[in-house]
Amino acid sequence: MKGAHDLGGKTGLGPIAPEKDEPVFHHEWEKRAFAITVACGFLGKWNLDMARYAREQMPDPEYLASTYYEKWAHGLSLLLVEKGLLTEEEIRERMSEISNGDS
Amino acid sequence: MSSKHKHAHPPSEVELKVKALESLLIEKGLIDPLALDELIDIYEHRVGPQNGAQVVARAWCDSDYLHRLLDNATEAIREFGFEGRQGEDMVVLENTPTVHNMVVCTLCSCYPWPVLGLPPVWYKSAPYRARAVSEPRSVLAEFGVELSEDVEIRVWDSTAEVRYLVIPMRPEGTENLSESELAELVTRDSMIGTGLALSPEVIQ
Repeated sequence: MKGAHDLGGKTGLGPIAPEKDEPVFHHEWEKRAFAITVACGFLGKWNLDMARYAREQMPDPEYLASTYYEKWAHGLSLLLVEKGLLTEEEIRERMSEISNGDS
Repeated sequence: MSSKHKHAHPPSEVELKVKALESLLIEKGLIDPLALDELIDIYEHRVGPQNGAQVVARAWCDSDYLHRLLDNATEAIREFGFEGRQGEDMVVLENTPTVHNMVVCTLCSCYPWPVLGLPPVWYKSAPYRARAVSEPRSVLAEFGVELSEDVEIRVWDSTAEVRYLVIPMRPEGTENLSESELAELVTRDSMIGTGLALSPEVIQ
């Protein structure tokens, strides 16, 4: 069972290091990840707890090493496939098309 | 595709994934591209701690309002038009000379969006989520807050349903300030409980 997300009381994670004058988003892709996740929430296929559960399906080391919106993107992709809205193949294909500059 | 921005390096795996998801979702008519831009604009520019600051300033000035907040925060906050997503069930926590409240979400990142906007990175980080509940005083020290030993610290763990807003103590020397001047003293961190409201000299 995975448990990295259940962080209350865990030790050895270091200082908090708040960023001064932090922007709402740090990268353009974070804005898009945020917006598509919220917009897909309106489809009514899952609730907040299900969205969180999907993010927690990352392997523990990856969960702890990932940024917030990386977890969101991972969780959203998982939910879209699980609900039959997209397939893993089409996501992979589209990623390589974009990477090759075809899209 | 919204690919106008420049890449100094090849897009990362996650960037590619997000672009792929967005283009597929739009293509299938599952999401509206205009709605995406609207969502980003709302949370980047329009909804943020300035909302919560107005709530706190009114609570400081108007004891009837404070009572309404304590009685039913969701309703009282709605008087400002602040409502909706990730703030459906609000609870306010009033700091006093003997009790200091501090909010965390140990499991993820639950946060009162209508009054504070989107959470900062540190709020969602593993160290804050881990330590807020076990060693709040050392966490507060990292934020530059030192409370007297006889102040009780209460830490509240948010959930998907219930979201908290801390009402910090009103700073001294603010008797003659207007509600809008008071709102300028109310920082985001003071409403999470990792800070205190600013003293009036700071903004003069």
